[in-house]
Amino acid sequence: MGPFISPFNNLLCMLLGISFTVWFTLLLVFIIVPAVFGLSFGIRSLYMKTLLKVFKWATVRMERGAKEKNHLLYKPYSLNGIIAKEPTSLEEELKEIRRNGSGRELDGSASTTAGPSPSSSEFDMSDTFYFCRRGIESIVDDEVTKRFTAEELESWNLLTRSNYNFQHISSRLTVLWGLGVVIRYGFLLPLRLTLAITGVSLLVVFTTMIGFLPSGRVKNFLSEKVHLMCYRICVRALTAIITYHHSENKPKNGGICVANHTSPIDVIILASDGCYAMVGQIHGGLMGLIQKSMVKACPHVWFERSEVKDRHLVAKRLSDHVKDKSKLPILIFPEGTCINNTSVMMFKKGSFEIGSTVYPVAIKYDPRFGDAFWNSSKFGMVNYLLRMMSSWAIVCSVWYLPPMRRQEGEDAVQFANRVKAAIARQGGLVDLLWDGGLKRGKVKDTFKEEQQKLYSKILVGTQEDRSRS
Amino acid sequence: MGSTNSTLLKIPNVEVLMQETGFSPAHIIRLHDRFKALDKEGRGHLCPQDFGEIKELAMNPIGDRIIGAFFSPGKETVDFHTFVKILAHFRPVDKDRPKEPNSPEPINSRSNKLKFAFQLYDQDKDGKISRDELLKVLRAMLGMQVTEEQLESIADRTIQEADLDRDDAISFEEFRKSLEKVNIDHKMSIRFLR
Repeated sequence: MGPFISPFNNLLCMLLGISFTVWFTLLLVFIIVPAVFGLSFGIRSLYMKTLLKVFKWATVRMERGAKEKNHLLYKPYSLNGIIAKEPTSLEEELKEIRRNGSGRELDGSASTTAGPSPSSSEFDMSDTFYFCRRGIESIVDDEVTKRFTAEELESWNLLTRSNYNFQHISSRLTVLWGLGVVIRYGFLLPLRLTLAITGVSLLVVFTTMIGFLPSGRVKNFLSEKVHLMCYRICVRALTAIITYHHSENKPKNGGICVANHTSPIDVIILASDGCYAMVGQIHGGLMGLIQKSMVKACPHVWFERSEVKDRHLVAKRLSDHVKDKSKLPILIFPEGTCINNTSVMMFKKGSFEIGSTVYPVAIKYDPRFGDAFWNSSKFGMVNYLLRMMSSWAIVCSVWYLPPMRRQEGEDAVQFANRVKAAIARQGGLVDLLWDGGLKRGKVKDTFKEEQQKLYSKILVGTQEDRSRS
Repeated sequence: MGSTNSTLLKIPNVEVLMQETGFSPAHIIRLHDRFKALDKEGRGHLCPQDFGEIKELAMNPIGDRIIGAFFSPGKETVDFHTFVKILAHFRPVDKDRPKEPNSPEPINSRSNKLKFAFQLYDQDKDGKISRDELLKVLRAMLGMQVTEEQLESIADRTIQEADLDRDDAISFEEFRKSLEKVNIDHKMSIRFLR
């Protein structure tokens, strides 16, 4: 048995050795070296165009297949959802009810003073209809819950996770899907994992090494290069195809960079194009290791878990950092949580109180290639990263918006809303008043009070007029 | 995208449901998705807390009453059928429906819509809106923005106008009569999209 196994073993080892070498050389030449220098071969754009053509074919095939079998195609949610909501407000509705007349006209003794006026706002039992209808509308389809589930797509991108009703439409399609699975999990995933591990380890090793240098221009220069290089490798590890717009507005030292938040990947996307000081809580494990080594090379703002609760401490540290012009701009995500990239939720005012220049950035992902939204209640971080690495690609656009400052007489909340509106407009996202914290918390009673105030103003306001006359 | 038939098959008694409520298959599927989205723990039925999670509903002054309308007295859960049947009240009235004398009144008829609204007031389900019940609804809609006296005067005026048999309460017939001129179909209907 001995002599038979050994040449076979040798052959096997040789083959493995060769394939590994080839693999790593390709990796190095096509991916890592360009990443180091910030160049690109254009492979990813070509990849993207090919994928789009394949998706179009798949969609057409599915529609044809469904027609042949006389099945109703389940069209996913359009932006409007399941119902068309009436855009009328409380006041308009009540005026309309009054105008059309109610049973009160039967009883002539109702209005004693001025006679029956078309807009007299007395309570009518049909006033509840407005609230009732609004309530039922929100049960069927509400603005907030929609934002916290992944966006539905018009065409299928060969990932079962984005097709809620996967059916066997045609064997050609299933074969294509199967091929897609093999490519994604067999080829792309290992490739990306290798790159990710390379990128992260290089980051840790180099930043620790740079930490030994004395502070000065050399250290800053090297730290910048190292950070950029490692983030670029990570970007390729996710096959992220990013288009940056308006780079002349890139954040400068002493400023605060503000962006909408869809996933933890946002950080990598922004940091691969510029150097930022990160803000966040210190984690344990691998994350903590990365954080500790990063801070050796250049000053980031990491908080202990206990310090996060103390808003004054947080604000003080951030403003101290910002005042020092030699330090990098801070990167903050004011929504506080991941939103599904169809809207921008309320910005927390803390970062807008510090009083330095704010550089807004809008990030919009193209959902056709892979849904980047992190539904933290559904998936943990590791699960999420695996999903990201086994999607086709992450395609997104980043817009750098012109810097904004807080104006005279504007408080932090108004400033925050102004910035939010600018980001929403640029990214084509819906600007919502709702708090991202609603994902987990309960609605504050103040919202209900607002409704009550509005209604009472309509009713009681006129009663005061009547008593005056 | 995919075919609808298999999803429909997963829902028990879906034919009966469609006939009773008048929803199309596409609507039923959407409502089923919505039901599943609200039923976060996947238990197959909803409880009041699931409705309470809807932020816009929590902000609605009569949100609690609307939630209560889904649960029959004594029941703590709502299954998909009941969910759809209650929502069917808000389908627009079918104007072209042929009048069959023996078939039961459709759920979204004008009369049934009024009954739904009536029960929002009449919480003890005795068939009458007492002065007390009216005050409770007024308090819910106006909150702390008005005084007790203002509330009472509004309630008194309303009962005075609507209460025809002078029993100091508003029965369903009196309720219906006082809302004769209101376009119930418009006010109590939701436009379901294709």
